[in-house]
Amino acid sequence: MIEVQNLTKQYGAKKAVDDLSFTVNDGEILGFLGPNGAGKSTTMNMLTGYISSTSGKALINGIDILDDPIEAKKNIGYLPEIPPLYLDMTVKDYLNFIYDLKKCKLPRKAHLEDVCSLVMIKDVYNRIIRNLSKGYKQRVGLAQALIGNPPILILDEPTVGLDPKQIIEIRTLIKKLGKKHTVILSSHILSEIQAVCDRVIIINHGQIAADDTTENLTKNISTDHRIIARIDGSREEILKTIKNIPGVISVVADMEREPGIYDYEIETREGSDIRRELFKRIVARNWVILGLKTTEMTLEDIFLKITMGDNVVIKTKKKDAEATTAEADETAETNKKEDEE
Amino acid sequence: MGAIFRRELKAYFTSPVAYIFIAVFYIYTATYFVNYNLLYGTADMSYVFTSAFVIMMILLPLLTMRLFTEERRLRTDQCLLTAPVNLFSIVMGKFLSATCIFLCAMAIYVVYVITLVALAGSVAWATVIGNLIALLLLGASFISIGTFVSATTENQVVAAILSFIINMAFYLIDMLAGNVQISWLRNIMASLGFYTRYSEFSTGLFNIPSVIFFASVIFIFNFLTVRVLEKRRWA
Repeated sequence: MIEVQNLTKQYGAKKAVDDLSFTVNDGEILGFLGPNGAGKSTTMNMLTGYISSTSGKALINGIDILDDPIEAKKNIGYLPEIPPLYLDMTVKDYLNFIYDLKKCKLPRKAHLEDVCSLVMIKDVYNRIIRNLSKGYKQRVGLAQALIGNPPILILDEPTVGLDPKQIIEIRTLIKKLGKKHTVILSSHILSEIQAVCDRVIIINHGQIAADDTTENLTKNISTDHRIIARIDGSREEILKTIKNIPGVISVVADMEREPGIYDYEIETREGSDIRRELFKRIVARNWVILGLKTTEMTLEDIFLKITMGDNVVIKTKKKDAEATTAEADETAETNKKEDEE
Repeated sequence: MGAIFRRELKAYFTSPVAYIFIAVFYIYTATYFVNYNLLYGTADMSYVFTSAFVIMMILLPLLTMRLFTEERRLRTDQCLLTAPVNLFSIVMGKFLSATCIFLCAMAIYVVYVITLVALAGSVAWATVIGNLIALLLLGASFISIGTFVSATTENQVVAAILSFIINMAFYLIDMLAGNVQISWLRNIMASLGFYTRYSEFSTGLFNIPSVIFFASVIFIFNFLTVRVLEKRRWA
């Protein structure tokens, strides 16, 4: 379990991490999402004791990383952004060195073999790290973090620079590891977080912008419904017709997808489903609907929404009922802000 | 500490650094040994010992320059500093590995002594042993300075040059002392001179304060290295 309380890191006048608080429970895979320079790596470096915090606390399984660094570090396996590899060593020598460095008590040969087969580096075990491909280097870095079987794994952008096949392999591996370990994973790739993590913290300008399960986050923010309809017919007429449907807030048709056929982006009021009414009215005028889809906001949209707007803070889902109204306000406000921009 | 020590030692021998260092040290000291002891036919080794000062002052920075600079440049320090080890043992592991390489180089003196014993029948044992201790202390002092400097920069060349400058300062400081009018400063400067203290040993004088002096230098610079690493975390 990791508890972070008001963690702050200040570099001169700049606050790289600003008053961060969150908890990661045992067996959870937490995604740390944010644009470059948001403070992800800084936070991870503070959690692992590589740098100290200006103020605030980080407790690793109840041990303060600054009070008792040695005990706390025993619980952590850390893969930094750049894997800390000694290039002139063989994989074998390197992993043995890490084993000694961590004062690992597990049976050496069996443990190293386990780790190697887990991250699939057995076939390069006797090669010099310098000559390995990026994907293998990354995996050796991961192996290094796994040695000693620490209950907590902190992985800083573990899939960066890998090819798509390797990315999938590493993701599958992380998911597998998540069953036995508590994992914090940082990334600026959204699909990755969506694919691997139970919970996501979006961090921007050193602050938490959102903290929720990936599901809830998508649900919460997509309260503004949008429908995209591809309709064959006269553009002006159609726009007018759609606008008259009760529940429609706005409609735009900027995309000419096929000659004379536009995509109509319709924004509707919350809770109103206009699809049937839309169909009837279109058919009544003898136009043809060629396609109709609702757009649910992807994590990508949420991410952009949160990180593009300067101080947009999305409230996480509260105790269900009371939250609904607050959320509606929030969304309205967010929208307004975006409109202004 | 053991893990770091062993890794460093291995790293010295996988790169040409250790071999070159040891070879140059052998050639340099052997030249003095051959010229002064063998050709002149004397068993007095003082010149072979005092002459080593200059080559150590120049060569040892090359041995220590990569100790922490490379860790920092390749970000492998993240691995050391997030492992459950304290800073002191990291520094000690590195310091001792370089000292160990220096011991390998120093071992050539045993060959010289044996040669002299074989040729001349005997040497002034007390002086020779005192000198060997002094040589080790001096080497370890230069190494602790080099280790310290390597922790302050990311560039090997800068580290080497800076440690050489500091070494040279300790070499020259007591010679400059004579020109200083302020007496307390003059005293301090005079007592900091590495060369004067070191060369005393070759006259057969085993000066305990000098032993303590070098031991303190070693301690202080290793301590400063730990502080530098600590400080960087808090930056």
